[in-house]
Amino acid sequence: MRRKEIFVLAERCMGCHSCELACATAHTTDRNLHAAVLRGERPFAYLWVDKFGAQRVPTVCKHCLRAPCVEVCPTGAMHKAPDTTTICDHSQCIGCWMCTFACPFGACDRGDGQVLKCDRQCLDEEGVPACVRACPTGALLWMTVEEFAAERRKPRRRVAAAAAG
Amino acid sequence: MVTKCQVSLDPAVCEMYEKARRLGVETAWDRYQAMLPQCGFGETGLCCRHCLQGPCRIDPFGNGPKKGICGVDADVMVARGLDRAIAAGSSGHSGHARHLAHTLKKAIAGVAPDYRIKDRNKLHAVAKRMGIPTENRTDEEIALDVANAALADFGERETPSLWASKVLPEVRQKRLAEQHLLPHGIDYEIADIMHRTHYGADADPINLLTAGLRCAMGDLAGCYMGTDLSDILFGTPQPVATEANLGVLKADAVNVAVHGHNPVLSEVIVAMAREMEPEARAAGATGINVVGICCTGNEVMMRHGIPAATHSVSQEMALITGAVDVVVIDYQCIMPSIVNVAECMGTTVVTTQEITKIPGATHVPFKEETASEDARKILRIAIQNFARRQGRPVDIPTHKSRVVAGFSVEAIVQALSKLNPEDPLQPLIDQIVAGNIRGVCLFAGCNNIKVPQDQNFIAIARRLLKENVLVVATGCGAGALMRHGFMDPAKVDELCGEGLKSVLYAIGEANGLGGPLPPTLHVGSCVDNSRAVALAAAVAEKLGVDIDQLPVVASAAEAMAEKAVAIGSWAVTIGLPVHVGVTMPVTGGPVVTKVLTEKVREITGGYFIVETDPEAAAKKLLAAIDERRATLGLPVPGGVRA
Repeated sequence: MRRKEIFVLAERCMGCHSCELACATAHTTDRNLHAAVLRGERPFAYLWVDKFGAQRVPTVCKHCLRAPCVEVCPTGAMHKAPDTTTICDHSQCIGCWMCTFACPFGACDRGDGQVLKCDRQCLDEEGVPACVRACPTGALLWMTVEEFAAERRKPRRRVAAAAAG
Repeated sequence: MVTKCQVSLDPAVCEMYEKARRLGVETAWDRYQAMLPQCGFGETGLCCRHCLQGPCRIDPFGNGPKKGICGVDADVMVARGLDRAIAAGSSGHSGHARHLAHTLKKAIAGVAPDYRIKDRNKLHAVAKRMGIPTENRTDEEIALDVANAALADFGERETPSLWASKVLPEVRQKRLAEQHLLPHGIDYEIADIMHRTHYGADADPINLLTAGLRCAMGDLAGCYMGTDLSDILFGTPQPVATEANLGVLKADAVNVAVHGHNPVLSEVIVAMAREMEPEARAAGATGINVVGICCTGNEVMMRHGIPAATHSVSQEMALITGAVDVVVIDYQCIMPSIVNVAECMGTTVVTTQEITKIPGATHVPFKEETASEDARKILRIAIQNFARRQGRPVDIPTHKSRVVAGFSVEAIVQALSKLNPEDPLQPLIDQIVAGNIRGVCLFAGCNNIKVPQDQNFIAIARRLLKENVLVVATGCGAGALMRHGFMDPAKVDELCGEGLKSVLYAIGEANGLGGPLPPTLHVGSCVDNSRAVALAAAVAEKLGVDIDQLPVVASAAEAMAEKAVAIGSWAVTIGLPVHVGVTMPVTGGPVVTKVLTEKVREITGGYFIVETDPEAAAKKLLAAIDERRATLGLPVPGGVRA
């Protein structure tokens, strides 16, 4: 089966930031929100919800096949994993922010002095990313390109229905 | 037949859960699945909607917003949220009590002929405790003073509310007064919480928590008053044998479930059901079978041996049987969804109170003045439904457990007096000192959908009983234990440790029961947590110690309602270690979390133990008991742990 991607239906986003919190939680030692908070862990979220006018928009790395961030990275820190996801080897990241400059989506931001971006290291036991799982309205979809495109070809409301179902 | 499932430990519930799935009837568990994952901001208490600038969310990991728009930090936000939960819980218990106070006044005035002073001993005991003169006065005069004193406990007072102070040992009253933890009016403290948690008021988390605990003490007043007035009006419970679980429904009888909290309604339903038996038989039924759901079920079980059908999170399952003709409700803990299940299963839901109406239900206004007439109206609906139901198959699970319930403090003292007539509490104290009773644990509170139903209660109780901890239980915690046989005297040998076993046998045999008391003692509904306070206060006073020195703990192992938050908070305030088996929406506030689980101990002697793993929780409760035993110089099994 082809790899699934995270698709965004921004019109469904309520701006609740649950995806951000779930992403950060998925990057704690035991993926437990309460335990991590009580331990004082401070993980980052690897995606962002912004608001433009009345529109709320979650932004997450698209893991582009020909990724500009990989092409511009001077040290090779930003690289393609065998499964073609784009990940950053933080031991090689020099914090030059070329990836941030090159990314057309703003999906590379600053963390603790190093680049912060989706690493897909958050999948649950069913292989679903934490942000998708956390979204209460189906604004984030986890589908193959083919599935999403097929849905897109249908009237718009059906995409939403597919997301909800 | 399905008897095991993910959602509940109760085989009867599993059976009905599977039936609901088969029929496509939506249940709370379906809605829970649809709700997952729940919002982490809400879970940690870091979402504030108190003003129209919000909602504000603070990032618990500290990378996003650290303050709300107005500038509140995480600790203030969670403390305000907790305070409002306490205030809501307090309003529930005290509203229940106020309803009883008005009923008592109407009974005395002769305008509510279905109610009367049923237990004058209790009336005199309450009057004496509250400093109300009894010499050369009629019961009606005394009762009027008691009812007026109760109502005077609500508004702002110069002195602390009577039912939050006079019910405690003097040393505890003094300590709480010094810490400004005695409420000066139940409603006053609730309104005070709403004021100080309003935009731009109290922003000191410690000050907020102090006010929250004071308000929770108002909840204790409401609970205690509820118990006192119920006993006066309906009698102080005495041990009674009955049954619990869905197997108590009868296919060939008119099944009426009383659901909710206040015996003002359920008592009259029970009485009228007896009167209307002929009418039910004329309709082809073998009789009218009143069963309980939730705490009003506990009330009528304690006083009349009415069997319990089910509790809390499984309330819809009673209707899934198809055998319930009417569910009559008053207020609190009633899922509005029962109306939808009722529609599927041919049940009529009858609402009775102005404050709890549900679209799709039949509303029969229940007034104390016309109580028996109103009850007849409701029962007639049930009889009509039975006539319509006749011939249609029902699915009543066979599961039911034997229950001996009704252990009011008065009943416990009376049972103990058979061992020592002059000094009934002494045998209890002797057994605690000797270690046959290692300590006492009160199980209270609800079921919570986040926990497979009853799992925590059963696991913790099983462990504590083996360790010779005397278990008393109220509310849906009692419901959990009773449905699993933990209130069946025949289970003592299986469940209890040797020391506890010997005590339960000794008391049972001294009382001519021909066997032991049940493994766990049913002390009543959720307002009846006051009975545990009464027992602890009596033991503390006799020993000349404060409550926080007693080897007594509490566990709300599957807490759900705001009322449970209020109860847990006052239990901490009167000095008990209180286990909560689900995470509370305060973890986002590090200072608040630390205060509630540690620092509050310096002030009240009590503290919260938040532990979602039942085995670990049992260990922590035992450790808390042992620590207190050691401080009192009592032997600790296995020696004192460091």
